[in-house]
Amino acid sequence: MVSMTIKEMRRSLDSGEIGAAELTKSYLDRIEKVDPQLESYITVTAEKALAEAAAAQKRIDSGDTTPLTGIPLAIKDNICTEGVRTTAASRMLENFVPPYNATVMERLDSAGAVMLGKVSMDEFAMGGSTQTSAFKKTKNPYDLSRVPGGSSGGSAAAVGADLCAAALGSDTGGSIRQPASFCGVTGLKPTYGRVSRYGLIAFASSLDQIGPIARSAEDCGLILNAIAGYDYHDGTVSRRDVPDFCEKIGMDMKGVKIGLVSEFFAEGVDDEVRKSVLSAIDTYKSMGAEVVECSMPSLKYAIASYYLIACAEASSNLARYDGIKYGHRADVGGSYNDLVVASRSEGFGDEVKRRILLGNYALSSGYYDAYYGKAMGLKQKIREEYADIFGKCDLIITPTAPTVAYGTNENIADPKKMYQADFCTVTVNIASLPAISTTCGYDAQGMPIGMSIVGRMWDEASVIAAADAFEHNFDRIKAKI
Amino acid sequence: MSVSDYIPVIGLEIHSELLTNSKVFCTCSAEFGGEKNTRCCPVCSGLPGTLPIINRTAVEYAIKAGYALGCEISKFSVWDRKNYFYPDLPKAYQISELYHPICLEGAVPIEYEENGEKKQKTIRINHIHLEEDAGKLVHDDLNGVSLCDYNRCGVPLVEIVTEPDMRSPEEARTLVETIALLLQYAGVSDCKMEEGSIRADVNISLMPKGATEFGTRAEIKNVNSLKSIYRTIEYEIKRQAQILDRGGKVIQETRRFDANKGETKSMRTKEDAHDYKYFPDPDILQVNLRDEDLERIKSSLPEMPRERTAKYIAMGIPEKEAKVIVSTKLISDFFEEALTVYDSPKSLVNFINGEIMRRINLGEIDIEKPAFTAKEVARLVEMSDTEKVSKNDAKTIFREMAEKGGDPEEIAKREGMLIVSDVSKVTGVIDEVIAANEKAVNQYKSGDKKVFGFLMGQCSKQLRGAATPKVIKEELEKKLESLC
Repeated sequence: MVSMTIKEMRRSLDSGEIGAAELTKSYLDRIEKVDPQLESYITVTAEKALAEAAAAQKRIDSGDTTPLTGIPLAIKDNICTEGVRTTAASRMLENFVPPYNATVMERLDSAGAVMLGKVSMDEFAMGGSTQTSAFKKTKNPYDLSRVPGGSSGGSAAAVGADLCAAALGSDTGGSIRQPASFCGVTGLKPTYGRVSRYGLIAFASSLDQIGPIARSAEDCGLILNAIAGYDYHDGTVSRRDVPDFCEKIGMDMKGVKIGLVSEFFAEGVDDEVRKSVLSAIDTYKSMGAEVVECSMPSLKYAIASYYLIACAEASSNLARYDGIKYGHRADVGGSYNDLVVASRSEGFGDEVKRRILLGNYALSSGYYDAYYGKAMGLKQKIREEYADIFGKCDLIITPTAPTVAYGTNENIADPKKMYQADFCTVTVNIASLPAISTTCGYDAQGMPIGMSIVGRMWDEASVIAAADAFEHNFDRIKAKI
Repeated sequence: MSVSDYIPVIGLEIHSELLTNSKVFCTCSAEFGGEKNTRCCPVCSGLPGTLPIINRTAVEYAIKAGYALGCEISKFSVWDRKNYFYPDLPKAYQISELYHPICLEGAVPIEYEENGEKKQKTIRINHIHLEEDAGKLVHDDLNGVSLCDYNRCGVPLVEIVTEPDMRSPEEARTLVETIALLLQYAGVSDCKMEEGSIRADVNISLMPKGATEFGTRAEIKNVNSLKSIYRTIEYEIKRQAQILDRGGKVIQETRRFDANKGETKSMRTKEDAHDYKYFPDPDILQVNLRDEDLERIKSSLPEMPRERTAKYIAMGIPEKEAKVIVSTKLISDFFEEALTVYDSPKSLVNFINGEIMRRINLGEIDIEKPAFTAKEVARLVEMSDTEKVSKNDAKTIFREMAEKGGDPEEIAKREGMLIVSDVSKVTGVIDEVIAANEKAVNQYKSGDKKVFGFLMGQCSKQLRGAATPKVIKEELEKKLESLC
């Protein structure tokens, strides 16, 4: 029951084959059993979940359902939930209980979805391993000695280990797609402006976007249907109409032009990953798709410009955590300055501090033009290069990450290496594009390999349909946890 | 050298809160006051995950302020974050407009008197930008703690930045007064100094007479009354002149004004100046304005002081009187409303600048919340002009209106002050008086016209104000002549 897709659960719930409470209970039981090893949940909201399941059952009984009614979900712990502690995996917000719901939570509530709890992540979404979490350093369900990826590592691991039907994550530079890839599941980063960020604890405002992690592309579409669209509380959300994101599922791949951007397959990408993604592209060819060779010369500058923009925004977004109004407050007397310095020194982890410092440096007077200004210029260049590519093809396929999931002790000590590993994903955020990661193979050790399908702005429906087409031609191997 | 050997160079940054109902980035009330921390929400108190949403009215008000101050309106403006730590700033950044402000290059003409001489000058405005106000710290000395009140967080503010065009404290004071009046007329700010809804940062330097290059300036922050602006500048001129006289150098620094001591004190020097690390706020889209938006906003601008003064003069009101009326928007609005009931500008102005102003100055009338309406006053003035009540009685009636309110006609009736010039009643009374005073009438007939006063008095006594003396006199004369 716990490994079904949302679509399958819907059928079973509506036919009365299973009950909503039973389904939720199965997940809660499994969390209790498995999560002590996996460490994906920071907070399990069992009581609330059972109450929501009971309410969902009533809706099911009266025939008033949405595709998500009674579906148990895990929520990344940087999405504000009214009355439920929301930590962003930081000591700074260890005891922060938001007095309001994020817009996506309001929408999931009205759809009748069930929240199982809040899942771990890298502190303030800064990292690609979930090992910077102050609370739960989540493991990979395929190999507990490896990382689940990040920053939405708790979300991806919980989906991969059947500790929820699906999850919400957030993606600033790959934080949905890379953990989805590492944990052998499907993750969608919507177009920037598609989903309200109201209630998402900000990392980098111009790049952050909430999206689903699920067992299939279609499930991602069902969740996006529920959360997308204009929101009064977020001025950066588009007012454009929201389509049915599953409407293109079953589309004929014949004649679809798939861009193969050579720079994404160059040095730095593991051979096994490269081979696997290229063979997935062959699968599309066999479905009738055409492959168009393309180039993105600015990709080599992508990491530098991404980290400058993201850290600059983060340095400002995280300045509000001063220990005065909420959050960690150091036990020191003295001046306002002493209190703020001590609270921030104690409350933030090393990676967060590193990025705050980097961001402050990039924005400092005298350095602004050389760093932030230049990064913004590159952003424009990268957007133009994507526009050129999409002039020639409909979708782009790249590896999601240059490697499979690595050991929990690797990479963390070398920030530069860790940052470099994001080069496959960050340009999509810089260019505001939608992208989905789905499993396209496994390496010799059985670790999942993910590919990313990138679409034009607002064309989530096509990337979902393309991923769905592949998923029907590929046998996933479940994690054995 | 002495103070008079230097020319002060003064520029101002004037902050004025806008009169919008809600705050600039959320729906909380922007009204002044309220119980502490009752006018705030997750957005304006900067809780994690919250986002700002632009208040369109605040943008429109800033544009109106721009038009009122003769500015060019920028077709697009960009919001920036000004980053700094302070406990009254819950996001640790203020949303402002540094690089692309909403209004550019304006000009404000001022008129003032200096040494008994009337002077005119135009002060250039560099730009106006829109930003959010910060909260307020309340220091509890008794318990040795500081508390934050976020009610003011996010109240929209325009910052009006002038060119360094002023050369005396009087010019600076007049400019602030003039701008406050323009903003009031534009309907975008009430400019109440005592509520902090208008305040200024003063930039001032001295240069020797004949010099062309400005000296090093000091910036005095947050000066919050016209008087303080004047005194701050006076003090700084003396302070800087003394330094220069000694051959010293003025340090570029930020100072604050201590109103109790009448002195400015150093807060921080240039070396400790904040680096605000401005950058465009990624949470808010840039504001793009269409020509039709600007046209609509411009045409919605109400009559401004200059136009009103000209209009009043054209009505035949002396320039000096017209300016007195216009110099207080509430009074001018009052006058405008009164005119709709009684179209006699001169007598209304006389009553307003006389009786009403007198009582305002005595503190008997709260100009913001008078007990009477403009329409009632207009009817009272009309009653007095048409001799339905006597001039003296009109004052008595107004006194009651000012104290308790009430309809002037009803008060007049109740107090028996209403003059009903009913001629048949008058002639009836005259007949009675003549019949009762045969002796006096005979005296009159025999040429002793002195008794007229006595007979007139008898009639008035019986009529008890039911007719004007003029009517009684005419009718009595007519009657007596007919008897002769």
